[in-house]
Amino acid sequence: MEPTTEWLLERYRLMVLIRQFELRAIEERQRGLIPGFIHPYVGQEACAVGACAALTREDVITSTHRGHGHLIAKGGDVRLMMAELAARKTGYCAGKGGSLHMTDFDLGILGANGIVAGGIPMAVGAALAFKMQDQRRPGGTRVALAFFGDGATNQGAFHEALNLAGVWKLPAIFFCENNLYGEGTPQHKQGAITQLSARAAAYGMPGVTVDGNDVVAVYQATAEAVARARRGEGPSFIEALTYRFRGHYEGDPQVYRSREEVAAWQARDPIPRLRALLSARGVREEQIAALEREVEQQIEAAVQFARESPLADPQEALIGVYGDTHGGAVF
Amino acid sequence: MPEITYREALKRALREEMQRDPTVVIWGEDVVAYAGGGAYGVTAGLAKEFPGRVRDTPIAEEAIVGVGLGAAMGGLRPVCEIMTVNFTLVAWDQIVNHVAKQSHMFNGQIKVPMVIRTPNGHGRTAATHSQNFDAWFASIPSLKVVAPATPYDAKGLLKTAIRDDDPVIFLEHLQLYSTRGEVPDEEYLIPIGEADYKRRGKDLSIITWGRMTIESLKAARILAEEGIDVEIVDLRTLRPLDVPTILESVRKTNRAIVVEEGWRTGGLGAEIAATIQEQAFNYLDAPVARVAGLEVPMPYARNLERATIPFAEDVVEAARAMMRNEY
Repeated sequence: MEPTTEWLLERYRLMVLIRQFELRAIEERQRGLIPGFIHPYVGQEACAVGACAALTREDVITSTHRGHGHLIAKGGDVRLMMAELAARKTGYCAGKGGSLHMTDFDLGILGANGIVAGGIPMAVGAALAFKMQDQRRPGGTRVALAFFGDGATNQGAFHEALNLAGVWKLPAIFFCENNLYGEGTPQHKQGAITQLSARAAAYGMPGVTVDGNDVVAVYQATAEAVARARRGEGPSFIEALTYRFRGHYEGDPQVYRSREEVAAWQARDPIPRLRALLSARGVREEQIAALEREVEQQIEAAVQFARESPLADPQEALIGVYGDTHGGAVF
Repeated sequence: MPEITYREALKRALREEMQRDPTVVIWGEDVVAYAGGGAYGVTAGLAKEFPGRVRDTPIAEEAIVGVGLGAAMGGLRPVCEIMTVNFTLVAWDQIVNHVAKQSHMFNGQIKVPMVIRTPNGHGRTAATHSQNFDAWFASIPSLKVVAPATPYDAKGLLKTAIRDDDPVIFLEHLQLYSTRGEVPDEEYLIPIGEADYKRRGKDLSIITWGRMTIESLKAARILAEEGIDVEIVDLRTLRPLDVPTILESVRKTNRAIVVEEGWRTGGLGAEIAATIQEQAFNYLDAPVARVAGLEVPMPYARNLERATIPFAEDVVEAARAMMRNEY
């Protein structure tokens, strides 16, 4: 499918929204509005935006410690996100989740996650639930897509979950954002093979490697996997080659990689690339600039919302220890 | 009332809940056909009765639990079987970091209606196959932890656990599967979080659960012949703990012994003893005593295994000493 200009513009808006959200969050962390760690998604925007474009609202994803981009790409509200980062009562998790755990279940996001492969089995479980419940669903079954990084492919949960998805032929998609580093260790020193999509063969599913900085390529690979899953043909593995422009976490001194390497990847930044494609399609500069300004205003409003929001009452720490009681210390 | 085994009571609970609610599903290692259905036969026959709803998994405990969590969030009510409590260690990340956290960490956005059933306790199979992790599970906020001692409690609590919207760790004691007890044919539920007086008495309170409830009942019969009248509080639920019932009993008898099969250090007994002295110190005529397992990896030889875990005679000894004021 050749994407329409309108479709590309919407992808561009989302990618810019993620980029600006992250850069502003970094700034606000330095200013003291955001008290905790963040793992910025800067540079990987085409992965989340391309993959989520192939999903419907009913399909679910699992996210990671580097999850802000996934949340925005699935429709997340940047005001509630910024408020959560600022540890406010109005945030997505009322200040209990923070960067590592902020999520919106109404958008079909089964949590962001502080353990790198921790969400993958959950996506497989959701896929099983869909397979069991959606047998007569028009258009095929819902699908579950797990986002994770290259580092997660070396954790046991990854292997256990992919094997089970393969055995049970579940409507699951395993989306590996290979940004070449697991925290501070290069991928080739962590994995016995470097082309991670080759691992798919071990779990009886197709695996492809795509340019993770090309939103159209990411979308097409994911759409194919989604179609397979909806038809009941089982899971797929997608490796998207990408790069994070910031450190593993904000403040990471990044001694493990050279400036030249970072610069070489910045030349392949997915956002200017898509901007160039839009220009080539005849979208006027003013239209793109206006869109960017709108995003800026949206981010400004989000920061304002976070800043003006109250902190939670300390008593609220005890709320929701159990779902049904939803209040009070029980032990 | 008809007598059935603990194993049969569990199976009836599963069957009734599967009949009642089509979203209840079961998976685990060898739950379909091996040994008749599950390593201890609890799920025998259910796969045939409920096609597609009972699944064998690979030997992959982290996936069994993590997939359970995902399925619970996706609209099912999974009952995951982990073949022995020892194997839950492989799934500890999923249980502690994920299953237990979802509800609170995401501020109530999602419920996790799942049960993890597993046989706990000693089983003549030595160090990696004969352990008690009740205290570990019971130390984790947001989990509910249940450890029934009788077929009656096993059935009523498992049905409640399956209907609960929070994750429940359901600890079945290995040595109890073939024990028998009265279970009515008509339906009943037992609330999570309520202890049960298995024996009323006036001289001292024995606070216990699981297999040690049965051993304590044996001890009570011996002690009764000696004129010592013990009360037995069977916790049944280890988290949330029924502190009011523990205190009610201790305030009446003024003496308490906490009995558990697992290791003494960091055991649930230590927590209960501390709670009693914090909240009922003025009622105590003696320090709270503990009867617990010895702090060694479980040996294989039957006589060695027997030397490391408590039985009725250990409870009897502890009660006699307490009544002689020897402490």
